[in-house]
Amino acid sequence: MKQEWYDFKPGSWVSDINVRSFIQHNYIPYTGDDSFLVGPTRRTTELWDEVSELMKEETKKGIIDAETLMPSTITAFGPGYLDREKEVIVGFQTDKPLKRGIMPNGGIRVVRKALESYGYTLDKTTEAIYTNNRKTHNDGVFDAYTDAMRKARHSGVITGLPDAYGRGRIIGDYRRVALYGVDRLIEDRLDQKKLLERPTLESPDIRLREELSEQIKALKQLKEMAASYGYDISQPAKNSLEATQWTYFAYLAAIKEQDGAAMSLGRVSTFLDIYYERDLKNGLITEEEVQELMDQFVMKLRMVRFLRTPEYNDLFSGDPTWVTESIGGMGVDGRTLVTKSSFRILHTLYNLGPAPEPNLTVLWSNHLPEGFKKFCAKVSVDTSSIQYENDDIMRDVWGDDYGIACCVSAMRIGKQMQFFGARANLAKALLYAINGGKDEKSGDQVGPMFAPIVGDYLDYDEVIAKFDQTLDWLSELYINTLNVIHYMHDKYNYERLQMALHDVDILRTEACGIAGLSVVADSLSAIKYSKVKVIRNEDGLAVDYQIEGEYPAFGNNDDRVDQIAVEVVERFMNKLRKVKTYRSAKQTLSVLTITSNVVYGKKTGSTPDGRKKGEPFAPGANPMHGRDKNGAVASMASVAKLPYKHAEDGISYTFSIVPKALGKSKEERVGNLVGLLDGYFHSNGHHINVNVFDRETLMDAMEHPEKYPQLTIRVSGYAVNFVKLNREQQLDVIHRTFHER
Amino acid sequence: MSKMGRIHSLESLGTVDGPGIRFVVFLQGCPLRCWFCHNPDTWEVNQGIEYTPEQLAEEVLKYKAYMDFSGGGVTFTGGEPFLQAEFLLEVCKLIKKEGISIAVDTSGFVWNHWVQEVLNYTDLVLLDIKNYDPAVYKAVTGVSLSPTLKLLDYLREKSIPTWVRYVLIPGLSDHLDKVEELSAHLDHYPNVAKIELLGFHKMGEYKWKELGYDYKLADTKEPSAKLLQKVKEIFEHNGKAVSVSN
Repeated sequence: MKQEWYDFKPGSWVSDINVRSFIQHNYIPYTGDDSFLVGPTRRTTELWDEVSELMKEETKKGIIDAETLMPSTITAFGPGYLDREKEVIVGFQTDKPLKRGIMPNGGIRVVRKALESYGYTLDKTTEAIYTNNRKTHNDGVFDAYTDAMRKARHSGVITGLPDAYGRGRIIGDYRRVALYGVDRLIEDRLDQKKLLERPTLESPDIRLREELSEQIKALKQLKEMAASYGYDISQPAKNSLEATQWTYFAYLAAIKEQDGAAMSLGRVSTFLDIYYERDLKNGLITEEEVQELMDQFVMKLRMVRFLRTPEYNDLFSGDPTWVTESIGGMGVDGRTLVTKSSFRILHTLYNLGPAPEPNLTVLWSNHLPEGFKKFCAKVSVDTSSIQYENDDIMRDVWGDDYGIACCVSAMRIGKQMQFFGARANLAKALLYAINGGKDEKSGDQVGPMFAPIVGDYLDYDEVIAKFDQTLDWLSELYINTLNVIHYMHDKYNYERLQMALHDVDILRTEACGIAGLSVVADSLSAIKYSKVKVIRNEDGLAVDYQIEGEYPAFGNNDDRVDQIAVEVVERFMNKLRKVKTYRSAKQTLSVLTITSNVVYGKKTGSTPDGRKKGEPFAPGANPMHGRDKNGAVASMASVAKLPYKHAEDGISYTFSIVPKALGKSKEERVGNLVGLLDGYFHSNGHHINVNVFDRETLMDAMEHPEKYPQLTIRVSGYAVNFVKLNREQQLDVIHRTFHER
Repeated sequence: MSKMGRIHSLESLGTVDGPGIRFVVFLQGCPLRCWFCHNPDTWEVNQGIEYTPEQLAEEVLKYKAYMDFSGGGVTFTGGEPFLQAEFLLEVCKLIKKEGISIAVDTSGFVWNHWVQEVLNYTDLVLLDIKNYDPAVYKAVTGVSLSPTLKLLDYLREKSIPTWVRYVLIPGLSDHLDKVEELSAHLDHYPNVAKIELLGFHKMGEYKWKELGYDYKLADTKEPSAKLLQKVKEIFEHNGKAVSVSN
């Protein structure tokens, strides 16, 4: 046993790299309530005031500052501080807090455009190097894209693809750095590389040998970066401060090198708790000091910044980084994984005020300790800043050391990554089925040319048959497009440091997605249960629909339509399963739109459910605005029917309720929210965002943003600062179903 | 063929009509014509959607998990649920088998052997006492107060837990001496576990206009916080729990 590991119980984690084993042997479950929690220290409050000032300035200017010359690497930029005296946890991505670095390996044009949109100019030499000498991911992808891929991308039937920016959604096991120290991780990589000295080296082995070499270089740079802050992280962390700081260093190195869409943290709070409890027991630290570490760690996570283009922000409003931290859950042995630090990290929402990041995600089980359930519900009622995901169904699939990447994507930490695949617009695909593969907006032949529907009224069986054909085409095109993207991403923008914090042999998933599920379900229901008349333009293109009679809409716990939604998910997933993937990735599917439901709606013509062209979709798996007539639980019950086994990349549901509708007193509200969550997850719901506030508050925040700098709302799978959304998105949030009864 | 029921609407997330999360069934039809009613669209007996007891029971049972985890159940309100007591009885039999907790929100005006039977299945009665002055009661509701008080006696006899609901309307039910009399009266009912004081609001006014009814309380103000507090204190005299919502 290393001396830094004193008092720890040994297990297989000593001889192998196995953080889960370390946690299982050493953590102390906590089943009490929140009464032990303490407020922020003075220096935390003072430091947070400084950060808040900076953020205010940022909101005004768009960004604080941006690098224009030096591409970001793990070792780029010397140490950066905000207020050295008060910072307990140190490290910024660039030389200045909130200054945005550039990462042109994803694509140089996007960097130039992003800089220009904020009034900065990309250095000419840097631009020339990445144009003439160093090929980017974006260039690679477009060299290989087929015509069909370009068309589908252009029309928006497949959209949000990571072909010009980092794919993200990879979680390094940042805990390994604290537990083992970097030297041990390098040694392990060298051993593994040795095993790859085979008699015949085929290209997968060659690729892996190259990747391992890159990983080793990245680990060495990680040590160098930490050294610039005065820390030697070659050996294991020996106390609470070091464990927190080194975990953060590992994460910091990842976000200095990659600006992937979602750069999630994993599941660190219960891991860190082991160090905190050891130091508390030995009288080396106080509760105030532990909370200070947590507050300051979280403060740093709130300051993660990437340079994005305005178009990107249109799609993913509010400057999200998805620093998702997964909290709580149950172990496979039946003990809860809730520790005091699960409380402490949620408590930062009081000590520092509400915030969208880090994306605090509670892994809910009906078996969680009551004290923790109540505390979570209280935090939701007070801050609307947390999301919940079903630990009982995910543990079955992924074990008890998984974390959520981005919003709803579960992955076993350090053992699994995903090839992020954004989403296919199934509402548009349904219109292609009706129009014989032609785009309803441009009239272009985007899909395969087959006979369009010519009747005046839509016939359910005919539409389903053509929709099925369309999905055959779409699923092949979709997977092949992702194959191109991820081949090139591995080649030109490989995540060296994050992959160094994984096992060598990992599970890869090809994470596809659906946008517009409730539009499709309602459209098919309208066709089946009422009469839908087609309105065509002079070219014979179906451009609008008239509904005669009423139809059951998704969100009312009515199986007639809910089973249509279930069937669409299963049908599409089964088609995706048939297509061969790059690196034999396992196909998965999400029902998640983030805030892009507004943009997808804009790009999609009128649909047979009565939605007019350009109108937003519902976010994620939500029922369409205003069509759920039987109250919130009916709506939740419909969503809970969507099958996780056919949507293993997650099913996102956003729930907004006014405080009064949750109960008369605060105590009743907390109790009822716990009941709602228990009921929803017991019914196999996968994910839920919980917002508790009045519509009037949001209206007031639109008019007086300065009064609400920290007003946080949950959207699809993450949270945003409400005042950072554009007006259109703000209105969409306000119009979205509020449960007010 | 079992007796059909007429349902105005269903609400899957009820949190103010009994403990926990309630599935709330609004039954169609009411013999009262309360001036302050916020659901006048539930008055007419021939409207609403028809359900068989089996259909309604099936809807209720869909939400069992939410009820179980929150300590909730189903609440029958309306309208006057006891106006369809025969139908309600069939529903209660079906859902009680599945262990659903049943609350009925009633004015207490309707009394017959079906009502008596439904009460055998009822875990909680939310009894609306609209006024304690018989003359005002008659004026405001169109019917007599005495059946309500008789039901209260019956509930005591059968030890059925009861929450009394009292709507505080300035000018109509804010005479403090009457409130004190009611409070003293309730003192004799150990089965009354709680008094719910509801502040008058006009959220239902638009429905009156839509239905072409004359809304008599257009000029009536909502009760002040001070008045609510005062009335709350009176009800608290007898040591009962009092909740206030406005």
